[in-house]
Amino acid sequence: MKRDAQWQWNSLALSKTARLERAGMVVQGKLVAPEDMVRLLEAVLEPEDRVCIEGDNQKHADFLAECLAKVNPERIHDLHIVQSNIALPQHLDVFEKGIARKLDFSYSGPQGVRMANLVEQGKVKIGAIHTYLELYGRYFCDLTPRVSFIAAQSADRHGNLYTGPNTEDTPAIVEATAFKNGIVIAQVNEMVDTVPRVDVPADWVNFVVRSPRPHYIEPIFTRDPAAITEIQILMAMMVIKGIYAKYGVTRLNHGIGFDTAAIELLLPTYAESLGLRGKICNYMSVNPCPTLIPAIESGFIQSIHSAGSELGTENYVAARPDIFYTGPDGSLRSNRIFCQLAGHYSDLFIGSTLQVDLQGNSSTATKSRMTGFGGAPNFGCDSRARRHTSEAWLKAGREASQTGAMPRGRKLVVQIVETFGEKMQPTFVERLDAWDLMDRFGMELPPVMVYGDDVTHLVTEEGIANLLLCRSPQEREQAIRGVSGFTPVGLARDRQAVENLRDRGVIRRPEDLGINPLHATRDLLAARSIKDLVQWSNGLYDPPKRFRNW
Amino acid sequence: MNANDLFAADALRHSYLESTARARAHGMCDDNSFTEWLDPRARLTSPHLEALDVPVSFDDGIVIGEGRLKGEQIFVAAQEGRFMGGAVGEIHGAKLTGLLRRAVQEKPAAVLLLLETGGVRLHEANAGLVAISEIQRAVFDARHAKVPVVVLIGGGNGCYGGMGIVAPCCDAIVMSELARLSVSGPEVIETARGVEEFDAKDRALVWRTMGGKHRYLLGEIDRLVDDDLPSFKEAAATFLRRPVAFDLDAVVAEHARLAERIERFGACEDAVDIWAALGIAEPEQIPSLDLEQFQEAVARSRTGSVHETR
Amino acid sequence: MEQLRFAYDGLKSSNVGAYAIAGVVASGDLEILVEREELGGRCEVDIRTSVQGFEKTWSAVTQSFVSTRALANTRITINDSGATPAVVNLRLAQAAQKLDEGDA
Repeated sequence: MKRDAQWQWNSLALSKTARLERAGMVVQGKLVAPEDMVRLLEAVLEPEDRVCIEGDNQKHADFLAECLAKVNPERIHDLHIVQSNIALPQHLDVFEKGIARKLDFSYSGPQGVRMANLVEQGKVKIGAIHTYLELYGRYFCDLTPRVSFIAAQSADRHGNLYTGPNTEDTPAIVEATAFKNGIVIAQVNEMVDTVPRVDVPADWVNFVVRSPRPHYIEPIFTRDPAAITEIQILMAMMVIKGIYAKYGVTRLNHGIGFDTAAIELLLPTYAESLGLRGKICNYMSVNPCPTLIPAIESGFIQSIHSAGSELGTENYVAARPDIFYTGPDGSLRSNRIFCQLAGHYSDLFIGSTLQVDLQGNSSTATKSRMTGFGGAPNFGCDSRARRHTSEAWLKAGREASQTGAMPRGRKLVVQIVETFGEKMQPTFVERLDAWDLMDRFGMELPPVMVYGDDVTHLVTEEGIANLLLCRSPQEREQAIRGVSGFTPVGLARDRQAVENLRDRGVIRRPEDLGINPLHATRDLLAARSIKDLVQWSNGLYDPPKRFRNW
Repeated sequence: MNANDLFAADALRHSYLESTARARAHGMCDDNSFTEWLDPRARLTSPHLEALDVPVSFDDGIVIGEGRLKGEQIFVAAQEGRFMGGAVGEIHGAKLTGLLRRAVQEKPAAVLLLLETGGVRLHEANAGLVAISEIQRAVFDARHAKVPVVVLIGGGNGCYGGMGIVAPCCDAIVMSELARLSVSGPEVIETARGVEEFDAKDRALVWRTMGGKHRYLLGEIDRLVDDDLPSFKEAAATFLRRPVAFDLDAVVAEHARLAERIERFGACEDAVDIWAALGIAEPEQIPSLDLEQFQEAVARSRTGSVHETR
Repeated sequence: MEQLRFAYDGLKSSNVGAYAIAGVVASGDLEILVEREELGGRCEVDIRTSVQGFEKTWSAVTQSFVSTRALANTRITINDSGATPAVVNLRLAQAAQKLDEGDA
């Protein structure tokens, strides 16, 4: 039945107008003084609004989050927060005070313990924990924000914004909010006469405030080569020879970690000695990690698209515009959704984890923290919608194929991890802690980061298990036990079964790949210190203070 | 370069900083010529650490022995910085003292002390303190016998504490810019004097104040070398059979030099101010320069050769 | 500190090498001394470790190590400061190689 003629079809627009009118009592025009922001928020928000606070992996709208935590809970309460990263205390203060009630998010690493406590106290009602792409997707579906707080580097007086190297999630948030009659409020580090380039047009921005302090960015993608161990180098050698070279992996994503940093630093030395330059690692979807510098400088990597930036690499990136995605102004433009998208459809994902069970399900969930998934699952899964072919994708697909089934390709999803973690905790377990987390928080499903049926290879110091070649759950279980080393899971292996798997090449030990573990020394690293990285970059890389002794 | 070449001994740079004490000791000697004394089979472990239920090491954290350098006989002692921070315990100290006493008897072309240590091993209390003083005495006896005692400092822990006093009492010091030489550690200074006086977390400040480059510019050390075994070895070789004068005149001259130094630089707030006063153009760049650029900057400074050997 | 002792029989013997040492007693690492010694054909392993409760793991690691090598009449002594089996195996292999090369 058709709605009657009185039905209002523009209620969101009318609401926006009303809110902006109320805002007009507090400020004139777009530019807001910091001391007026709390009152502006009280004017613009309404109870139960869906509010997006930009909390990216690195960049955070911290001043606006702080202001939100100061609004009068009697006027503004029961907000529904949609936010990709819960990283700062003020992100949870709003729940403590009853300003916000419901939360849909993706990752809460640094606040995992407090989050868990607030959930148990009933102060935070979790809608769902998402991966990044799912959450951004729902911004355009059923979680569209009414009001969004974003962070930018600078603004001109019209409200054009420059988000620069750390553009990250901003485009996703702004697009969904501005084009559904929402209100966009931006905090910027500085006001300028002209922005270096327009990342967000003024039309889409309702309010701009110059925050008292620059927004907080953490250098989370820098790994000091001095900390890379011989075991990590051994695993990296196996990955380069036993996976990248074997399948011809030209397009990939590295999950951040010391294991992948070791791979990057072995490209100019070990991979070069195997004649692999130009044949592997040509296109990467990854932040500008300093440990990539030697591989870039020695001609391995042709192009890198990034989800965010990394402190200290700004000048280096600007000097390598053929490699990175930069604007007409010369500085990096990152974009998390597009980077995730490119990475999802690339040939390979490799990353580390904390726990793996006997089906290959992998999780970083621990019993006392609620952390979420971030973007790893979006990279670390088969891309079943993929249709275009590549050598690596077809080769993996052939290995996985069952007789009689329709042939298809397969994305390489590699989990690289030592058999024992910190404090001698075994990585390989019969039952993931994720099940306990599910019970404790009443979740529908155990929080798994990479599902076993998406994992194609497990790499440990004991060797590589190729799960694509396993023909049954029992084979898969023995293949996993066969690289679980001396953990209880590993010690319980069926020795004969594991030997058979080794004969078939399902399990390959370092010596099977022609790798002598005694050759895995730090002398192989193209750079052994942060200073070496600076030298590789001809002084363009400018490490943050905590990484320097000069 | 193929994979076989890659793993060949000479193809890759062998960092001094990352090498174990044993590898460093071997690295200072001509091929295969280093013989270790009181090797791990002797199991000279620390009774103090055992009593405290702390893991012990078969060599108590120091490798001693003899070898040949440019064909000449040398004695070598190398502290293992990764065991207890290289700190000197009773056994550790006794090995070092014994080596120096033997040098008085056998008069090698030099004694190389590869120091990486925080000083006294506090777990061993008085035994550690006594050990340091015995080492000091033994160094003087060796120098008195005209055996050059050459200190090499290139490890991540630097040379601190009592050994930071012993080191400048030797004939010569070779350092890399990665290493540090001082007596009190940065955290101790901050605790005692406050963070405004010295912020131990400011690593650039720490290295600027105690690191190899500043020590070189200040005339505390004789050579600054790159972080690799051959560079340390070559530098050490230049001191074979060349003891530095060790008599009353030398001590008086040294005191005069130190008095002049404090007169000249005593008002400086930071190492950068000292470098500027030395006539270095762009002194704030010094920490960023590689060895070659650093040598050029020093050579070009207005006062000519700014570095006077001690 | 926990002390563990294992002994293995039926191994092949070899005259190569007198002794070898590998590793450093640093956090997460260990020191391994391997010496040829008349032990009636046995290989004896003596471990002092700062981490309690991993006897089964040590047993499996050393068993696996000796099973493929000519270590009859050999004493293996270890000072451990919390190394994982990955590091233990690496150091054992390094010590074995040094023994074969005849230099410590």
